[in-house]
Amino acid sequence: MSRAGWVALAAALLGFPLVGGEYYINLASQIFIAAIFAASLNLLVGYGGLPSLGHASWLGLAAYISAWMSLKLGLAHWATAPLALLATTLVGCAFGWVSLRATGLGFLMLTLALSQVLWGTAYRWVSVTDGDNGLRGLTRPTPFGISLDDAASFYYFALAITAVAVWLMAVFVASPFGVALRGTRDQARRMSALGHDVWLIRWITFVYAAFWGAVSGLLFVYYNKYIHPASLSITASAEGLLAVIAGGSATLAGPIVGAVIVMILKNYVSGFIERWNMLLGFVFVFIVIFMPEGVVPGVRRLFGRGMRAWRSRR
Amino acid sequence: MQYWIIQTLNSLALGGLLFLLAAGFSLIFGLMRIANLTHGSLYMLGAYVGISVLKYVPNLWLAAIIGGLVMALFGGLVERLILRPLAGNALGQVLVTLGISFIVADLCLIVWGGDPIPVPTPPALQQPILVGGVAFPTYRLVVLAIAVATALALYLLMDRTRIGAMIRAGVDDMQMARAVGIPVSRLFTAVFCLGAALAGAGGIIGGPIMSAYPGLDADMLPLALIVVMLGGVGSLLGAFVGSFLIGAIYTFGTALLPDLAYVILFLPMIVVIAFRPTGLFGRQSV
Repeated sequence: MSRAGWVALAAALLGFPLVGGEYYINLASQIFIAAIFAASLNLLVGYGGLPSLGHASWLGLAAYISAWMSLKLGLAHWATAPLALLATTLVGCAFGWVSLRATGLGFLMLTLALSQVLWGTAYRWVSVTDGDNGLRGLTRPTPFGISLDDAASFYYFALAITAVAVWLMAVFVASPFGVALRGTRDQARRMSALGHDVWLIRWITFVYAAFWGAVSGLLFVYYNKYIHPASLSITASAEGLLAVIAGGSATLAGPIVGAVIVMILKNYVSGFIERWNMLLGFVFVFIVIFMPEGVVPGVRRLFGRGMRAWRSRR
Repeated sequence: MQYWIIQTLNSLALGGLLFLLAAGFSLIFGLMRIANLTHGSLYMLGAYVGISVLKYVPNLWLAAIIGGLVMALFGGLVERLILRPLAGNALGQVLVTLGISFIVADLCLIVWGGDPIPVPTPPALQQPILVGGVAFPTYRLVVLAIAVATALALYLLMDRTRIGAMIRAGVDDMQMARAVGIPVSRLFTAVFCLGAALAGAGGIIGGPIMSAYPGLDADMLPLALIVVMLGGVGSLLGAFVGSFLIGAIYTFGTALLPDLAYVILFLPMIVVIAFRPTGLFGRQSV
């Protein structure tokens, strides 16, 4: 993007709360959270070629740990945030170690099974998680004494975190390490022959992705002031995966565009009908069959084909 | 004493149900390299279809056969119409089965409602068997017997028949199997239908123990995944051993440490995956 484009984007993002209504400001905040989540998942799916179906583990785990520490231990936000990130990242180290015993579909099944374990535990470990009631009665942090309780200030908070997150993920991808990661995706054997430790590269990426998933989880629990086992469900993981493949994986902007699409779809549709799961399912089937490379190039391709057919008929 | 016998039989019955589910999943994955995430939905849909059959014909076994056949048809259609065009795109296939599982879950919610639907135990099997003053719940023994019989039948099918030999050849080396003229394409559909039928029949056979409720699919699918990872992909013996192992761990874990039963579940899988990435009896790595 050109410099003018960046300036225009920054101005639009910064000015949005001045013109948008509260509903749209809140929707935008949710999109930021979903964007960090999808972008971190994209590190694995897009750049690492490691399809994870358990990424909701990191969002849910960080949210639960933060909520549990502030409710049951009475810790302040400045303590819960780093501790939740640390604990979640450590669990990420362990899950990555197990999941990366396999690649491809085996990796996908292992991540799915492990995240289902967390999901089931969140439902059943009532003394810690309050089970199906979820943990409620949480507060938003007050960085530098600024209250985040109104929509606009939370928007700017989420925007700042998202900007840092996306930038650091972009740095990660553009670094020599990121190049090596793409190498392990495309030619794992050759990378191994060249002396790269393929397993270690994947594991570090897994942990890094888990960390940013945890960051999105903290924002999530701050925004909602509530956490429920549903945030750990396979549906939550699938929404992230849908955002990645819908926008176009292995691009920086793709998952963000995908997150916008998924969140708007979810908010818009749930206003009319309660059948979000079914719609999610149909969108999955549709995208995989008709637009496997993502919505943006997919629309272009379908449009181009239609144009050609129309022209040739004339 | 009575308590432990009941728990043991519960664990064996759950293991049997898991085997009906995991055997098909394992064969489908081993042969076709498709992680069929609709497998939990097939189980749940089989249970619901069976419940609808039971409304008209109060016979659980007939319901199981019909539920299995309907699921076989459904699975065959999914394989032919949706998965086949995506051959070679492993991730796409998984995502499509995931999407279908969401659709099925929501459809079940619309059609059968959100409340758990109990399935009555067949009247002939309601009385426990008394041996030496200890009562054994009959239906759980029957479920165990069905699972063992199915395992035996599958073993004979795989080991003693021509079709079984072809399936084994496909699992071991797909390209070579194709090259020597095995009709791999028809085999795929047959195995997919078989796996779907087992899952669907398992759903209704498990009905008197677990009943049918929304979320049954999400409860059963990870158990099947863990069984397959533990036992080894494409291995019938692995699915059998893994099912009863996980059935026992889950049942006793829930009884002794109800809060953390789900955590205990994955400990054996981690140990096995750490030292033997192919699973206990698998020959190909996952």
